[in-house]
Amino acid sequence: MEKCYLMTVVVLLGLTVRWTVSLNSYSGAGKPPMFGDYEAQRHWQEITINLPIKQWYFNGSDNNLQYWGLDYPPLTAYHSLLCAYVAKFINPDWIALHTSRGYESQAHKLFMRATVLIADLLIYIPAVVLYCCCLKEISTKKKIANALCILLYPGLILIDYGHFQNIYNSVSLGFALWGVLGVSYDWDLLGSLAFCLAINYKQMELYHSLPFFCFLLGKCFKKGLRGKGFVLLIKLACTVVASFILCWLPFFTEREETLQVLRRLFPVDRGLFEDKVANIWCTFSVFLKIRDILPHHIQIMISFCFTFLSLLPACIKLTLHPSPKGFKFTLVSCALSFFLFSFQVHEKSILLVSLPVCLVLREIPFMSTWFLLVSTFSMLPLLLKDELLMPSVVTVTAFFIACATSFSIFEKTSEEELQLKSFSISVRKYFPCFTFLPRIIQHLFLISVITMVLLTLMTITLDPPQKLPDLFSVLVCFVSCLNFLFFLVYFNIIIMWDSKNGRNQKKIN
Amino acid sequence: MAAVGVATGGGNWFSALALGVTLLKCLLIPTYHSTDFEVHRNWLAITHSLPVSQWYYEATSEWTLDYPPFFAWFEYALSHVAKYFDQEMLNVRNLNYCSSRTLLFQRFSVIFTDTLFVYAVHECCKCIDGKKAGRELTEKPKFILSVLLLWNFGLLIVDHIHFQYNGFLSGLMLLSIARLFQKRHTEGAFLFAVLLHFKHIYLYVAPAYGVYLLRSYCFTANKPDGSIRWNSFSFLRLISLGLIVFLVSALSLGPFLALNQLPQVFSRLFPFKRGLCHAYWAPNFWALYSALDKVLSIIGLELKLLDPSKIPKASMTSGLVQQFQHTVLPSVTPLATLICTLIAILPSIFCLWFKPQGPRGFLRCLILCALSSFMFGWHVHEKAILLAVLPMSLLSVGKAGDASIFLILTTTGHYSLFPLLFTAPELPIKILLMLLFTIYSISSLKTLFRSFS
Repeated sequence: MEKCYLMTVVVLLGLTVRWTVSLNSYSGAGKPPMFGDYEAQRHWQEITINLPIKQWYFNGSDNNLQYWGLDYPPLTAYHSLLCAYVAKFINPDWIALHTSRGYESQAHKLFMRATVLIADLLIYIPAVVLYCCCLKEISTKKKIANALCILLYPGLILIDYGHFQNIYNSVSLGFALWGVLGVSYDWDLLGSLAFCLAINYKQMELYHSLPFFCFLLGKCFKKGLRGKGFVLLIKLACTVVASFILCWLPFFTEREETLQVLRRLFPVDRGLFEDKVANIWCTFSVFLKIRDILPHHIQIMISFCFTFLSLLPACIKLTLHPSPKGFKFTLVSCALSFFLFSFQVHEKSILLVSLPVCLVLREIPFMSTWFLLVSTFSMLPLLLKDELLMPSVVTVTAFFIACATSFSIFEKTSEEELQLKSFSISVRKYFPCFTFLPRIIQHLFLISVITMVLLTLMTITLDPPQKLPDLFSVLVCFVSCLNFLFFLVYFNIIIMWDSKNGRNQKKIN
Repeated sequence: MAAVGVATGGGNWFSALALGVTLLKCLLIPTYHSTDFEVHRNWLAITHSLPVSQWYYEATSEWTLDYPPFFAWFEYALSHVAKYFDQEMLNVRNLNYCSSRTLLFQRFSVIFTDTLFVYAVHECCKCIDGKKAGRELTEKPKFILSVLLLWNFGLLIVDHIHFQYNGFLSGLMLLSIARLFQKRHTEGAFLFAVLLHFKHIYLYVAPAYGVYLLRSYCFTANKPDGSIRWNSFSFLRLISLGLIVFLVSALSLGPFLALNQLPQVFSRLFPFKRGLCHAYWAPNFWALYSALDKVLSIIGLELKLLDPSKIPKASMTSGLVQQFQHTVLPSVTPLATLICTLIAILPSIFCLWFKPQGPRGFLRCLILCALSSFMFGWHVHEKAILLAVLPMSLLSVGKAGDASIFLILTTTGHYSLFPLLFTAPELPIKILLMLLFTIYSISSLKTLFRSFS
């Protein structure tokens, strides 16, 4: 009973922080003619309610795709339609065809913010609460502390409630989390249904699809491909196909329609990366302008190869030894590989990596907190552009304090607690003096944090030199990318030198 | 790394709570602020730009200085920091000036001065005995008291949204209470005297202080049955108390006495022309009285018992701040409210004199004085309920009976503050924070006294 009350208090705190952040400005506020992504969301409501489904993804006189055309899968469109019905009930001017372009008012801002909060409350927050309540082998107090930390993660709050870009990230992440929950606790069909909904909401969730696939395949193999496993495989396939058909039904009537939607979803002609993002290609282009040197299809090939090479080991291991813990770590490393090496990655896609990292907060609190801080820092240029400095600083500090006090992270930096024990033992077979790993990691943490703080201060207070106007953004991306590469190596090490090996070691010794 | 670990480790929950609520206050910076914001900006301007002799005469803005001199000096000190944020706010003619830097400065000044409140809460926690505490941190009375005070809903929305400086004033009051608990009576008296000269609303609870200090400090011993022992009276203590009060008052009112401005200062401090009820009614007795009067007048008009031409035009429900007459029931004068208040506090004062129960008895008397003044006072603001709610928190973690009274008082008191924030964006904030505080207070106090019910 008491757990109920405390969890309610934590959820209320999370909601309060979200709403107070949303009182700030949003992307593109008062900036005609294009405004920003807030206007994009409003425009999609206008399109979906006023035009028939067949015209949603097509260029037409009523639907100019250059002005914030729909480029997310159908479920986003249906959600916009739902919001549009509510908007029509409150004030039809908000979604009137053509005339409502660039509509900005206090009441409308409240409405949009409220839709985000409600979506969050209905989908993401229950998933987080359920996830924390189902954690095993920890006390009630730790479960609630875990929920507090996840709900206070600054990145998601600032993007969904501050910047307003790609809002409703909490919806797709929430569905993905329901998927993780379902699949980890053997509710495979419901889990895969939830994950299909996630993919049909935002196509970026495909970053998570490989671990889901490998985990479920591994489960099928474990059950034996002759009997139960085969049945499970068929059932899963049917679930996935059925959910896709259900979502895409209106668009399956003509082949051209389906292709057009796919073209909007995967704009392959847009290039290796856009703007500044903390991934390998952007960082690399500081030294060597690959975008201009290599032809288009070679770029796609290279990014494809690198992505899959980096995530293959973890996925194979997951297929062979499926376990919920391995699944979560593979989610992290897969999403991180995609983020670092894939095509047309946006900075906000780091949220797709942050969600699985939030899920492993309990196992490796120190590294997870570090990663989540870096992930928020990597979005700094974006946040500063939208004047979200104060909320960013406040939420990051709050998150840090919450994690530090809940998990006592600074006391958990031994080898065992960093899950590096088996790795260190293996290395010590060749280099017996390899005992300094924790200390190296602690020093790296300090260096990383100091660099992040310094860069933040510099970006706020100083003006960049005339010749290099993007200096600070590039530096932020560079530093974040280095951190992310380190984390990629770290998470892969954890996965590969997992407890199975450790158990064998103990037996031998 | 170990040092950082110790600093952030589990032992320092108090700092985490204080820091957490401070961060929440920072998030509340862009919220709606009331006319009190302009009031304080105006006072910054007055104290900075004008000489002392003009402070209580300046009337360019309608928000004239109506707090005692110490508060004026406080605003003067703040103004010296303000000039680095935005010089324009210190111009008396800049009515309703509200640049983003002004907003930032003002909000930060409230957040910063709350440090005194945090310190006071820390001292109050020391006065709580934790003998019946559970093993869990969240079940310790100290923890619960800290949350109830630091995260108090009323204080958060009145200070950090509506905009006022109640945090550090309440901090002074709680600190003086804590000093009395710790038997440091002269310090407690000094702090209260200073508090009175910051905001004279604390006159409401002065009788409690006066009687307690006289009875339990000036009379150094009691007879075995607890009644007064007249020959233990210590003139020295009485004189030291008198000296403290005199010196503080001299420091505060001295300059104005020298300038022969005392009548003007008093007329500003006690504006009886303002009317029985504030623009937004405080939920006190006179609100019921006025409502009854209104109902009776309507009935009277319907039944043709009253002559419509004789009914005065101004009505109490028009949201104005002015003096006017009641129609059916007798009109209420300031003297009448004073008499009612005195009658209401008499029982608790008697108890404090004849049956002193140490600091706890004093605290009860203080709360009752605050409540009585709230109920029967002249021109009471609904924010005055905080005067009763905050000290009551101290009692609530002591006994189960006090805890249930506290829950009723605090829930209704906080709910009565809702009309202060009437804008749409703040609606979710006030509902969420209210739910948060209410759910936490009910569940934590229930758990604390679980084994005793």
